[in-house]
Amino acid sequence: MNTSADRLSRLLNLVPYLLARPGITLGEASGDLGVSERQLREDLELLWVCGLPGYGPGDLIDMVLDGDRVTITYDAGIDRPLRLTADEALALVVALRMLAETPGVADRDAIERALAKIESAAGDLAGAPVAVSLPGNADRVAGIRAAVERGRALELTYYTASRDATTRRVVDPLRVFVAAGRPYLEAWCRRAEAVRLFRVDRIDAFAALGEPAAPPPQAAPADLAGGVFRASTDLPLVTLRVGRAGRWITEYYPCERVTDHGDEWEVALRVTDLAWARRLVLGHGPHVRVVAPEELRAAVAGEAAAALQAYGSPDPAG
Amino acid sequence: MVSRSRTERLVNLVICLLSTRRFLTAAQIAATVPGYEHDPRDARQHEAFQRKFERDKAELRDLGVPLETGTTSVFDTEQGYRIAHREYALPEVRLEPDEAAAVGIAARLWQHAGLAAAASSGLAKLRAAGIDVDPAATVGLEPLVTVDPAFGPLTAAARARQAVTFAHRVPSGDAPTRRRLQPWGVVCWRGRWYVVGHDLDREATRCFRLSRIVGPVRPTGGPAAFPRPEVDLLSHVRRWSGAPERSGQARVWARAGRAAGVRRWAAASAPGTEGDVLELRYGDVDSFAGYLAGFGADVRVLEPPELREAVIGRLKEIVAEGAA
Repeated sequence: MNTSADRLSRLLNLVPYLLARPGITLGEASGDLGVSERQLREDLELLWVCGLPGYGPGDLIDMVLDGDRVTITYDAGIDRPLRLTADEALALVVALRMLAETPGVADRDAIERALAKIESAAGDLAGAPVAVSLPGNADRVAGIRAAVERGRALELTYYTASRDATTRRVVDPLRVFVAAGRPYLEAWCRRAEAVRLFRVDRIDAFAALGEPAAPPPQAAPADLAGGVFRASTDLPLVTLRVGRAGRWITEYYPCERVTDHGDEWEVALRVTDLAWARRLVLGHGPHVRVVAPEELRAAVAGEAAAALQAYGSPDPAG
Repeated sequence: MVSRSRTERLVNLVICLLSTRRFLTAAQIAATVPGYEHDPRDARQHEAFQRKFERDKAELRDLGVPLETGTTSVFDTEQGYRIAHREYALPEVRLEPDEAAAVGIAARLWQHAGLAAAASSGLAKLRAAGIDVDPAATVGLEPLVTVDPAFGPLTAAARARQAVTFAHRVPSGDAPTRRRLQPWGVVCWRGRWYVVGHDLDREATRCFRLSRIVGPVRPTGGPAAFPRPEVDLLSHVRRWSGAPERSGQARVWARAGRAAGVRRWAAASAPGTEGDVLELRYGDVDSFAGYLAGFGADVRVLEPPELREAVIGRLKEIVAEGAA
């Protein structure tokens, strides 16, 4: 939106906003409206010379400024905010549906009541053609959220997919959030001595400890604007040749490079653990071949041969 | 005395058109609202006024101001303008504090700049309607909401009931294919976005993942071109992308201390030679075989034979590939 349209919509909003709050301080109003106090004063000065045709003293928008408190005494007919635009209605309605559908969210009842009221205020625009479903283990998420809210340190039994290992660790929770439909616990991990993200569906068990959560001062939640998984360049780079049936890898994992070689694509991705890459390649059978590193290629071939040999010998007793 | 800024002129124009019941012609508006003064007999001045007035009307419409056009009586020859207060004003909304808090939280979920701006300007209107929103409220956990670029044009087209065309690429295909769709709606399922509608070329209901749409989504044909059927959009997507039911049962040996990923899913586990025998449920044989083959010699399928053969087949192909 250009600044002139921004300012116009702000001014049209300002009169009903102040009308609803007689005697509000300029400081509080500017904080609420997200403008500087100086900008707010300039807006008020502009409104002061606007009004009904005739533009005489009784026609103009009028207000009383008492120190830093302002009260609208004449609104010249702009007593209500403008109705929601289609985009505004969509943005609010879809976000509320997302919130209501989020597994383990608190106050679902309030969210649904709010949604119904916003939909009714949006009128014809409320029928946002958007449906939302975020399935997940709501009880598990709600349990972890409640423990986080109580401010307790947690002991987690956590499955780390990159190392294919289940471990126990004590963490100091920072927050719980849902990204791309998946709930996460972000916490200071006392074992790793770093902030870590834990996928809630991989937390196999958790227990709140008696001691309070005490993340160290340097433990800050990560900025997630660029996505949850950001591969660091110090992780090993793996290059694969993938056939048609393996191309979904490029949709599922963040890839550093994808080159089209006709039927086969060459895909480069960072992995936290080469053993994880070995499982990925083995699981794809002939649709995925390792180009580099050689260590991974050898591990895949060796593991496949060993497994095949084992199938040729008698089964272990059950 | 009065500064003739554009914003001031527009605020006065809105107040003027809200206050009138009669439709006001452009000439009447020019004679009334400060900032439009000109000599209508001077062609250049008049033309400049008309351009200015057109721009101003466009700006009001962009903001969503419902500018009505019409004539007050049958004797009027020229179209006039007015704003009906009932159409202009946000209807009465009363939110309890916990409801207002929920709206405030929802408004900051968008990670997409355009929708984030729309959500916060919508919230500003609710505040102007007298609703106080606690900026510090939380619901314990918050979804970060992201959308694909096709989200905006597809929701707009679904709302307008207007057909669209776009290029769509599935990873297993080489070139994107052009699709023509009557979009019924957009669905978020497990964090991914889909559009559901009637595919005009396939003549059937289809579902497309938004992240697989390449390039722009363009409307084709006019609005209100098709009825929106009373269908459950979610169930279409669920059917289309859902995992098969886990009706298969397998017995699998896992080496002691290894294959933690497989052990997590075991319905039962019993100690065996140098490891454990796990009972697992699965849906699709082929994809489950791939998953198990990933664990190499740490996992061996005991039963059923079809799963065992599928794993052995995959391993043989990998070994053959390595030898080639």
